[in-house]
Amino acid sequence: MKKILILSTALSGMAFTASADVTVMSWGGAYTASQVEAYHKPYTAATGKAVVSVDSDNPAPAVKAMVEAGNVTVDVADVEYADAVRLCDDGMLETIGVDTLPPGADGTPAAEDFLPGSVTDCAVSTIVFSTIFAYDTTKFPEGPTTIADFFDLEKFPGKRAMRNGAKANLEMALMADGVPAADVYATLATPEGVDRAFAELDKIKKDTIWWEAGAQPPQLLADGEVAMTTAYNGRIFAAAAAEGKPFQTVWDGQVYEFDLFVVPKGAPNAAEAIEFVKFATSTQALADQAKWISYGPARKSSAPLVGLYQDGKTEMAPYMPTNPANMTNALGSSYEFWVDHDSELNERFNAWLAAN
Amino acid sequence: MALPTYASPLEKAWHYTYIAICAAIFFFLIAPIVVVIPLSFNAEPYFSFTQKMLSFDPTGYSLRWYDTMLTLGHGAPDGPRDSSWWEKAWETSTWIKAAKNSLWIGLWATILATVLGTLAALGLSRPEMPYRRLIMAILISPMIVPIIIVAVGMSFFYAKACVAPGSALSYVVGPFLSSKGCLANSYLGVIIAHATLGIPFVIITVTATLSGFDQSLVRASASLGANPRTTFFKVIMPLILPGIISGALFAFVTSFDEVVAVLFIAGPEQQTIPRQMWNGIREQISPAILAVATILVTFSVCLLVAVELLRRRSERLRGLSPS
Amino acid sequence: MADAPATELKTSDGRPLRAALAAAQSRARRRAFLLVVPLLAFVILTFVVPIGYMLKRSFEHDGFSASAPSLAVWFAANPKGAAPDEAAYAALVSDLAKMQVDKTPGQAGTRINYTVPGTISLFKSAARKAKDLTPPFKEAMLELDAKWAEPAIWMAMREASSSYTTDFYRVAADQKRGPDGSWQRGADNERIYLFLFFKTFLLSGAVTLICLLLAFPIAHLLATLPVSKSSLLMILVLLPFWTSLLVRTSAWIAILQEQGIINDLMYSTGLIADDSRVRMIYNQTGTVIVMTHILLPFMVLPLFSVMRTIPPSYARAARSLGATSWTTFRRVYLPQTLPGIAAGSLLVFILAVGYYITPALVGGADGQLISNMIQFHMAKSNWSLAAALAAMLLLAVMVLYWLYDRLIGIDRLKLG
Repeated sequence: MKKILILSTALSGMAFTASADVTVMSWGGAYTASQVEAYHKPYTAATGKAVVSVDSDNPAPAVKAMVEAGNVTVDVADVEYADAVRLCDDGMLETIGVDTLPPGADGTPAAEDFLPGSVTDCAVSTIVFSTIFAYDTTKFPEGPTTIADFFDLEKFPGKRAMRNGAKANLEMALMADGVPAADVYATLATPEGVDRAFAELDKIKKDTIWWEAGAQPPQLLADGEVAMTTAYNGRIFAAAAAEGKPFQTVWDGQVYEFDLFVVPKGAPNAAEAIEFVKFATSTQALADQAKWISYGPARKSSAPLVGLYQDGKTEMAPYMPTNPANMTNALGSSYEFWVDHDSELNERFNAWLAAN
Repeated sequence: MALPTYASPLEKAWHYTYIAICAAIFFFLIAPIVVVIPLSFNAEPYFSFTQKMLSFDPTGYSLRWYDTMLTLGHGAPDGPRDSSWWEKAWETSTWIKAAKNSLWIGLWATILATVLGTLAALGLSRPEMPYRRLIMAILISPMIVPIIIVAVGMSFFYAKACVAPGSALSYVVGPFLSSKGCLANSYLGVIIAHATLGIPFVIITVTATLSGFDQSLVRASASLGANPRTTFFKVIMPLILPGIISGALFAFVTSFDEVVAVLFIAGPEQQTIPRQMWNGIREQISPAILAVATILVTFSVCLLVAVELLRRRSERLRGLSPS
Repeated sequence: MADAPATELKTSDGRPLRAALAAAQSRARRRAFLLVVPLLAFVILTFVVPIGYMLKRSFEHDGFSASAPSLAVWFAANPKGAAPDEAAYAALVSDLAKMQVDKTPGQAGTRINYTVPGTISLFKSAARKAKDLTPPFKEAMLELDAKWAEPAIWMAMREASSSYTTDFYRVAADQKRGPDGSWQRGADNERIYLFLFFKTFLLSGAVTLICLLLAFPIAHLLATLPVSKSSLLMILVLLPFWTSLLVRTSAWIAILQEQGIINDLMYSTGLIADDSRVRMIYNQTGTVIVMTHILLPFMVLPLFSVMRTIPPSYARAARSLGATSWTTFRRVYLPQTLPGIAAGSLLVFILAVGYYITPALVGGADGQLISNMIQFHMAKSNWSLAAALAAMLLLAVMVLYWLYDRLIGIDRLKLG
């Protein structure tokens, strides 16, 4: 009995000491690593409060499930734009408000310092990221250059990998089929447009592996499991820059959008979480993150501070989604479209995947 | 399995084919488990044998993947490895934390499942037990019902199963619950879930041991003046102990290997080893997973040997009884 | 016997023996039952009740009904099929305005969206403008969006205005609402769940069959070898059984992937070219191979325990009576192993049908089973559909479990 008592006190002690000050749910891999370096560590150094990272393939559905179940375990989550809007509309997020954010390092008020549209009532952007495709240069010395090449198995034979979901895949498929970026969402809103996108995906379906987590595509390329893959651009950059992998990013047909920090309603430490968000979206923190991964900071005042990669020699600008040279055929992801069609198109996508 | 002397040449040929087929099937069973071990010492981040490994070049082998088990999640992995480094590793390393969680959760789930399961098995193996078949069916069902259904049900229910803060109950179980006082995202929730999943194994092994138990020993003990408690601890317990222990080992392994319930009901604090492996396999499959796997294989070999010894002891003891 | 009180036996304290015996027996029954009660209560509380709660969720969804009280009143007052009149639109507008205040148009729209796709933003945009609308509401709403006149939406709202519904079972059976609001079979490229159930059963059947084919020879070998040798070989069966599922799955990934051991071996022996490596994992093949490996011990053990009890003298007798070895196997040995075959096959099939981990990790796109779809909908917060799919799977497993109990008896389940 005495032993059991000791055990139980030890266990309860463990349960207490393990609780952290701020828990941040993000996308794992190189991206989380960049946030840890640029946000978490400086925050802990400045406030003495610990930050715990939790990885997820996509934090938004997890946040929704937690809030609906009344069982929130994370304080801050990193979500895509459409999800931030949807969760905010449904009252599942704490209000943050652009006015409460600190001004830029040059004194510009936050409302003007952030890129247009990058701050909503409940969410604050940290970065602009993009879904691009990348290939292994050892497999294709004369590499693919357009999004159409990704869907062309004859010209560029080899396995492909894409994200397991409808979003970004359907857009890229339409652009590959010759739809101009400006018309993509209008086309996708029609049943014929959806059929057309799936017909394009059909071309590579049997040679495609479907990834879930953002860390998988560079891994699949590195292992030689695929020759080409869609990916979040920063992951490919991190693998190429940090590990010297022979990966080349193709910017044609990229789909870019904001990534935002949100605080779920009912977060265990909501007040602390909002302080963390303010800290992490300050001019310096956002600029620092670009030292670790090639995502564009959401504040204008951060841009001049972005310089070199942490290795001290790689210039970051050419690797940013927002670099004009990379924007020749680029599509801004439409949250209005995905708020409405997400479940319908994903159902269709699942049915399409399951059918042989 | 000797060949009869009257076997025809055809039968002899078939016999050796048959042995070869069996060998191939045994190979299929065991090769994947064995192959993990050398691969975990790979110096390269690949899942295959490199040229250097095949030529037994020592530089082809390394302990780097075992090292990542200590350094992953460690705040300052590159610092000098003094006592404070090790202390930090003990407190913060992802895999060490996961191992601690796995062991704690497994231990408590096993205690819960074994105590309740043994009592119930004693009742179930009495001839006068009413509704035996139905009750047995209910108690075994956690093993049969798909784990995903159990996990979905529990995740709905545990989110609602909360104690009010400040209530008498919250002082007793509070530390084991989540910060909101709920079963979801709490150690207690995971322990209860794992105990439930382990119960069928305890029931099966203990009732199996009891089926060979000679009930006349109980009457003999009673006739010699022992009260039921003395009879239990002095007569029944020693005889069925091997069954109880192997049931407990099954329950422990069930908990130690469980990941779906953890995925659905555990919070960030209750990450176990399988949960961490799940992350690793889905995201960044590196030989570090194989290093963990090697340790777990060693662990299961030990458990297997323990169970085998227990089984032999149990059979020896049963051989002594006059049944 | 009952009419012979005169000869009734009595105990030493003068009570009728029959009554004393009955009392003693019921006392024994109570004692036995009391030993089981703690565990039974525990399992009911931690297992049966949560599953019951889940089943309830498959019939219940208040996402729309909770925020549309006025519409519920209108639906109650008007029969099914009644065209929405001005009062209906007025109720709609008042509910939409309420939703906007409560921040629930997304939830309400989501509930309707489950059966009529593309309606979330319809609700959101209408709710934003609802408080500024003026009568006549019908014209005002149709001006916002002509979709508000569609019968399918009104039928869906009628169904959703009660928090109890069979909608999710309809969706789980691949039905959808047609333009007139009635249920009909979904288009070919939208049907998925019944197909997945079918595929789950098919793959489980394939795994069971392969397991049986592999387990039969080695179980026979183990049963006929002398104990000292067989218990050594038995370790080869039991070690996988005791090894973590995730360990075995990751081992198979290392072996089967395109840069894995088998492909490397085939490449280095010149069997295949570097660019034609075989894909054996992240597809159905991977799921079947790995599941077979994981479930094989569950087939070997019951087969072994039956085969061990078959006396070898029967086979010798058959041979001495002139049967060929094939006939001996077919007519004498095989029939005696049937209980083991039935027990092993049912157990493996039941376990395979509910498999989640392995298909999720090595199944790729086409190796996913129904469990993975349940998880998908859980992750997407479509809980009622996940619960409905789980309920259907549970029903199938329960039928098999009942069959197992009938044919073999659960108390004969053995481990190790």
